[in-house]
Amino acid sequence: MGKRVGIENSIAAADAVRMANVDLVAAYPITPQTHIVEHLAELVADGELDAEFVPVESEHSAMSVCCGSSAMGARTFTCTSSQGLALMNEIVFIAASLRLPIVMILANRSLSGPLSIWNDHTDVMSVRDCGWIQVFADNGQELFDHVLFAYRVAEDPKVSLPVMINIDGFIVTHVIEAVEYWEEEQVRKYLPEFKPVNRLHPDKPITMGAFGMPGIFSEAKKSQDQALLDSKPHIVKAWDEMAKVVGRGYSSVETYKMEGAETAFLTMGSFSETASIAIDRLREQGKPVGQIKLRLWRPFPFDEIREAVKGVKSLIVIDRAISYGGPGGPVSSEIRSALYGEKNMPSVAGFLCGFAGRDVTADDFVKMHGKTEDLVKAAKPVRQEDYIFYGVRE
Amino acid sequence: MESLNVYASRLVTKREYFARGHRACQGCAEALAVRLVAKTLGSNVVVASATGCMEIISSPYPFTNWNVPWIHVAFENAAAVATGAESAMKALVRKGKLPDKGTVFLGMGGDGGTSDIGLQALSGAFERGHRFIYVCYDNEAYMNTGVQRSSATPFGASTTTSPAGRAKAGQVTWKKNMPEIAVAHAIPYVATACSSYPFDLMRKVEKAARADGPAYIHILSVCPTGWGLPSEKAIWIGRLAVETGVFPLYEVEKGRYKITVETPELRPVEEYLKPQGRFRHLTAELIEQIQKRVNQEHDKLLAKAAIV
Repeated sequence: MGKRVGIENSIAAADAVRMANVDLVAAYPITPQTHIVEHLAELVADGELDAEFVPVESEHSAMSVCCGSSAMGARTFTCTSSQGLALMNEIVFIAASLRLPIVMILANRSLSGPLSIWNDHTDVMSVRDCGWIQVFADNGQELFDHVLFAYRVAEDPKVSLPVMINIDGFIVTHVIEAVEYWEEEQVRKYLPEFKPVNRLHPDKPITMGAFGMPGIFSEAKKSQDQALLDSKPHIVKAWDEMAKVVGRGYSSVETYKMEGAETAFLTMGSFSETASIAIDRLREQGKPVGQIKLRLWRPFPFDEIREAVKGVKSLIVIDRAISYGGPGGPVSSEIRSALYGEKNMPSVAGFLCGFAGRDVTADDFVKMHGKTEDLVKAAKPVRQEDYIFYGVRE
Repeated sequence: MESLNVYASRLVTKREYFARGHRACQGCAEALAVRLVAKTLGSNVVVASATGCMEIISSPYPFTNWNVPWIHVAFENAAAVATGAESAMKALVRKGKLPDKGTVFLGMGGDGGTSDIGLQALSGAFERGHRFIYVCYDNEAYMNTGVQRSSATPFGASTTTSPAGRAKAGQVTWKKNMPEIAVAHAIPYVATACSSYPFDLMRKVEKAARADGPAYIHILSVCPTGWGLPSEKAIWIGRLAVETGVFPLYEVEKGRYKITVETPELRPVEEYLKPQGRFRHLTAELIEQIQKRVNQEHDKLLAKAAIV
């Protein structure tokens, strides 16, 4: 078993990147991603990580440097937040279409404006369709584990896609938690050397990023979509293998107290832990409430979601991003879509909350549960476009 | 013709790394410049290309004209992609994962991809000091999208977004001096070149490849389509650009300027402007204004070259 240490989660994440023995880190500073990148710069400066640290002049160049590096067959890391992700947006999409196994930690922060440095999921939801594998980690341990997981999945020759690890900015990145470090031996066992499917090298010249005429574009896009869909079994296998190596496994969709649950919260990221406290309280009051955690956002785990909601009458979906003028939040919209046409489909109450670092406490989850009960009692049919903006001063 | 074949191959390899069959317009002097650069660098190179004419004409999937490893990611980031590749190679060699073959890294883009949208990424790459070459193929407008003006478009040129009209005589700003911007980064090697002077161009590419740090070559690349010229006049007009002092050929090694193609007696700029459709509307007064500016700039350059 690895050593358990009390450490700031960002530092632990950077240590996980060191343990993955990356060859290149390119990053531009943005709050709240900074501590991860600062520690990586330190590790390189101290010779503890043998990598090129490229201090680029923008996030656009960060992702561009990563593309050049990954195309050379180097294990490549970057990290950003919010506006940084928005600035590199163009290249994020291209990295996936080039099938480059870059790993990025996204310290989730709201998109401007108004300018805010605090946490929500408006950044990640803006790249929902970028073609990356996207996972959510709830705490420092999960973040550490998922760095090694991400490289294993991304570089799997049957996958060869970039992986984005979402972690709540400040709420998780800047707190000290107990994190169990992996043993070097465990890393060696779990994460093989990177053997790129293709690499830019004079010994075998290849052309990457060719121009797609209409006659080939649709086929290229279909194969990219297929690649993301086909990554699923490899993702699941990587989690199962992790359970064997370090005794902690994960799943696309995880549940808490779902036995006999008629109502369930569906959460992502660090809110999951807060919600579970509320569920304990509600269970004590005799309410049949459980929790579904969505860990894998892309490829979307349709079957697992459908399985998890079996027997649930009312589903409370927490969204931390807004689809302006649309169906409230992207998560509730996708959940409704995934469940559409299912037998005994639960009614889905979409809640928008926790924007830009506004606290959502266990009490708030209890209140959201109460509001949902009222909705159910009112027996009004819930439409796709219905949602509740929770905790806003009117 | 036979004797030229015998003679020329002694000077220049017949091997092509930017192969024929690409889809550039007839008379494209930019494609010629790309070919000369590729020829000089040979096989031990990794190329990162910006979006633009040269990318479109050379890589319509499933075809490629590149006999060397080549990557295109986007428009404004060729310098970042090239330096990412260069840094990755450094790490892989240091960690014993790849042998050190002394591979050259080349970033390339047009004037828009270099002096407008790609300037930030290029400046960052220069400042970080990567060992790479960046070549700007300057055809003085956004030709790939249909001849829109860029900051490299010369004063007075009519383009689709700086059209010569009744109230305005085309481009109203002077051409951005990109080589000087490169020099300001204090990089070891900066040069201008033109595909009308192939041996001068190739010699500069050789020097750039040997530079211990970033090298920048700014190549005037005549575009018959965008400049309003018959395709067979491309080489000729490139020579006139140099002979009139509009586009002097020089290099700056560790800050020291040297004119590489001497033009003791400058020809009048009118000779360069008149044959081109994009300057057709210019009045004698405007031509005089351009002449004055060319003289001024040329004098400044001569003064820099005179410093030993």
